[in-house]
Amino acid sequence: MTLLEIRDLRVTFGRRRDPFVAVDGVSLDVGAEETVGLVGESGSGKTTVARCVAGLQRPDAGTVTFEGRPLERVGRRPAELQRAVQMVFQDPRSSLNPRMSIAAIIGEAWRTHPSTAPDGDRTAALHALLADVGMDADVADRRPGDLSGGQCQRVSIARALAVRPRLLVCDEAVSALDVSVQAQILRLLVDLRRTHHLAMLFISHDLGVVHQIADRVAVMRSGQIVEEGPATEVLAAPKHEYTRALLDAALDLDDAGPAVTA
Amino acid sequence: MSDVRTARTGGAPVAQHEALLQVDGLTVDLPGTRGDVRVVDGVSFDVPAGTTVGLIGESGSGKTMTANAIIGLLPDGARTGGRLLWRGEDLLHADGARRRKARGHEISMIFQDPLAALNPTQRIGRQVGEILRRDGVGRAEVRRRVVELLDRAGVPDPAERANRYPHEFSGGLRQRAMIALALAGSPSLLLADEPTTALDVTVQARILTLLQTIQQDEGLSVLLVSHDLRVVANVASEVVVMYAGRVAERGPAPVVLRRPAHPYTKALVRSVPAVRTKTALADPLPGAPATPANRPAGCPFHPRCPIARDRCRTEVPAVREVAPGRAAACHFAEEVLAP
Ligand SMILES: Nc1ncnc2c1ncn2[C@@H]1O[C@H](COP(=O)(O)OP(=O)(O)OP(=O)(O)O)[C@@H](O)[C@H]1O
Ligand SMILES: Nc1ncnc2c1ncn2[C@@H]1O[C@H](COP(=O)(O)OP(=O)(O)O)[C@@H](O)[C@H]1O
Ligand code: SF4
Ligand SMILES: [Mg+2]
Ligand SMILES: [Mg+2]
Repeated sequence: MTLLEIRDLRVTFGRRRDPFVAVDGVSLDVGAEETVGLVGESGSGKTTVARCVAGLQRPDAGTVTFEGRPLERVGRRPAELQRAVQMVFQDPRSSLNPRMSIAAIIGEAWRTHPSTAPDGDRTAALHALLADVGMDADVADRRPGDLSGGQCQRVSIARALAVRPRLLVCDEAVSALDVSVQAQILRLLVDLRRTHHLAMLFISHDLGVVHQIADRVAVMRSGQIVEEGPATEVLAAPKHEYTRALLDAALDLDDAGPAVTA
Repeated sequence: MSDVRTARTGGAPVAQHEALLQVDGLTVDLPGTRGDVRVVDGVSFDVPAGTTVGLIGESGSGKTMTANAIIGLLPDGARTGGRLLWRGEDLLHADGARRRKARGHEISMIFQDPLAALNPTQRIGRQVGEILRRDGVGRAEVRRRVVELLDRAGVPDPAERANRYPHEFSGGLRQRAMIALALAGSPSLLLADEPTTALDVTVQARILTLLQTIQQDEGLSVLLVSHDLRVVANVASEVVVMYAGRVAERGPAPVVLRRPAHPYTKALVRSVPAVRTKTALADPLPGAPATPANRPAGCPFHPRCPIARDRCRTEVPAVREVAPGRAAACHFAEEVLAP
């Protein structure tokens, strides 16, 4: 079943007379529990699409719906839809309030969406949530500044999970992390997808990572989707010339580990 | 961009080259809130003439501090030890004038964030020509050379672009301007600290190709600092892997990255997914990278190492030869290397 439906999305910036078209008629679906990768060179419009889905950017035209209900701008979204779609950004540190403890950061998410707040023991619920993202209970009292980049990214994911979302929009969520930490976060996302029945719109410059975790891939260029299909087809046997150019530019490490047959 | 890939094995074996730079037992101590922290702890490696050496390792492992020590850009209060032999002459202990001459003319550096490294209030051309002007080159000649340098760094329409300011350049163009600036003093060694980390893959590939072309045309040596194994695998002939301020392993890049001798390198290599085939998710290493401030006793990697034994908890492994041309700091490197 289709969870997220993006139809003919158009976003322009700048002057009304001579607008810059950042997103130019994008249509894309994400099914329940499906992971869709969105790739394309810098400036192709990926983040702008993500921001429309998260309600942080108003499109000039087109619609975004969630189970058939329109996803409006954040302020106008019914609380239930607002919590259903959560975003994880590239820079985990700057997306967390440096003055708040981790417990307070999660507490704030529960305050914003009271229906998701635990009924009983909040501390126990907090610790369970931290355990879900592979962190010890003792980080609850620490602040983002005391945590590594990977730990901060786990906190961002925990904050998103706290309100029980159905769709995670990850914009370069692992790009700023070292490979070993990146592997931990990817494993976490893949596990959570199963345990929490999450769908994901996963934006990344790293075609290898996208190949690893996406079911389907859409390739963007200058605001348009030029190719879309199962990850193993788009990234192993691209049809569009631009996808081929993108793959040609991507470096590979020869002996990168066990290849699996999809 | 296949030239990036085919050039990976470029450069003859180390033994046939004279070492341009020998980093020998380099230490860097930085003042911390709880006393000095040794962020670079006895790092040794050679940069042979005319080759690209990759320096890899996780964030905080000391890559930047190593490069900054070489170029002499350490933070205030930093103390250094060991030797930096530049064509046999120890730069760490040379007098100030000699050091300044070496750093800028013979050795230059490009940074991850060119916007932070470039002066926002000065036209690009003026910045690129700075070192030439200081050397007393005449105005018209500076102008001519600046345009030539920008052109060589692949800046389109260089004469016009020389009059622009850094913020008017895209990320890729800024990095090219930075490269032009670094080449102005005709260096023999270029230190490149994460030169493509902020760029997307297509721009990255172009910049790497440019660096390789320049390296080959001018017989330049490059020390390429990166946390991106793919970049290093594709452009470096030698690689040095750092962990918690120390060398974990070093040797010929294609060999080390295909068949690591250190469990840490092995874990890194396994974490890099292939692009054109679907790679199974790697088993992540447990825990977080060790930092120089809380470096575990014995082998600094032991809390995360899948094959650690008792000995690893107490005895620091020395960097030792584990195969011809290869060195690793692991008590059990032979076991890791065994097929
Ligand atoms: N608020 C804004 N005002 C003006 N232009 C904008 C704004 N936000 C984005 N743009 C422009 O829209 C285009 C698409 O931007 P977007 O951030 O969606 O790209 P992206 O694909 O996410 O790129 P990257 O891979 O670098 O993150 C770019 O040309 C960008 O400069
Ligand atoms: N200006 C500074 N003052 C104090 N400590 C620093 C400074 N810069 C870096 N460090 C510390 O030195 C160590 C090595 O840092 P760095 O060389 O930047 O690592 P890398 O480049 O490998 O990510 C880290 O523990 C880092 O926190
Ligand atoms: S010395 Fe021991 S702990 Fe260190 S890398 Fe080798 S096996 Fe692992
Ligand atoms: Mg973006
Ligand atoms: Mg660095």
